[in-house]
Amino acid sequence: MEQNQEPIQQINEIRNLMERSSRFISLSGLSGISAGIIALIGAGVAFFYLDFDQRYFDINRYFTEMSYQKLGSSWLFITTDAIIVLALALFSGIYFTTLKARKQGLKVWDNTARRMVINLFIPLTAGGVFCLILLYHHLVFLMAPATLIFYGLALINASKYTYHEIRVLGISEIILGLMASWLVGYGLLFWAVGFGVMHIFYGMMMFFRYESVRK
Amino acid sequence: MKEIISKLNKQFESRIRLGIMSVLMVNESVDFNTLKELLDTTDGNLASHLYALERNSLLEVRKQFVGRKPNTRYKITESGRFSFREHLNYLEKLMKNQFK
Repeated sequence: MEQNQEPIQQINEIRNLMERSSRFISLSGLSGISAGIIALIGAGVAFFYLDFDQRYFDINRYFTEMSYQKLGSSWLFITTDAIIVLALALFSGIYFTTLKARKQGLKVWDNTARRMVINLFIPLTAGGVFCLILLYHHLVFLMAPATLIFYGLALINASKYTYHEIRVLGISEIILGLMASWLVGYGLLFWAVGFGVMHIFYGMMMFFRYESVRK
Repeated sequence: MKEIISKLNKQFESRIRLGIMSVLMVNESVDFNTLKELLDTTDGNLASHLYALERNSLLEVRKQFVGRKPNTRYKITESGRFSFREHLNYLEKLMKNQFK
């Protein structure tokens, strides 16, 4: 019946099963690229909506003008913008990853995917709650850095169950987050780099490493 | 060459058994359905191979209920780990011989 063949085939099979059963290998680089582009557009919209008046490049003006009445009026717009960005980024991410899984002949929602998502969401949920608490304490200027730091931690946690590039991406997000919490006026800029440029960069790296060369 | 073949570990002679052990090496524990999906095999076939491995104490079985559904999880034992490594060493030797 299913007797073993050549040792080289056996070893290939062992390696394939070990990879497939322990890591989520359907994550597509295109997911990162598309999420990054969407984040950049979203950040651009927010930037122009906030009058393009260098508010984010001048810390003193940021503290005086980014007061509550100002933020109060743009609150709804910015929140809507953020929710749309999040929804579109998630949707496109899931779309490209499903596409890749189908191409590989694998199921998208398997055990490895579940483990990756659970481990991603533990720090991410903590970060979300922490941001709400920041909002409650009127520490809005720390929200962009906090999202970056917690997102980075979440990626590092999830990277154990998928490609190691995700780990490096996580470290980059944490560094950006720490820089953003030091240079508080540049929140949106750091956010655009972290969620936009970094996703595109690492997405392209993953795409060229794992997807474009394969037949 | 012939002498090496006779040393072949009978536990790993089938594709499915080798597959089960590969998956268990890198996962803390795995349930039946996941193994079935990964190895793309039938219930009966998988169960008989699992039973054979269990009998040789290469893996441990833990039965529990998830809601009302029975859920069987498999875990590699120390001797299972050891045998698998031995099998890898053996494969390595075979390949070295082949390329001589």
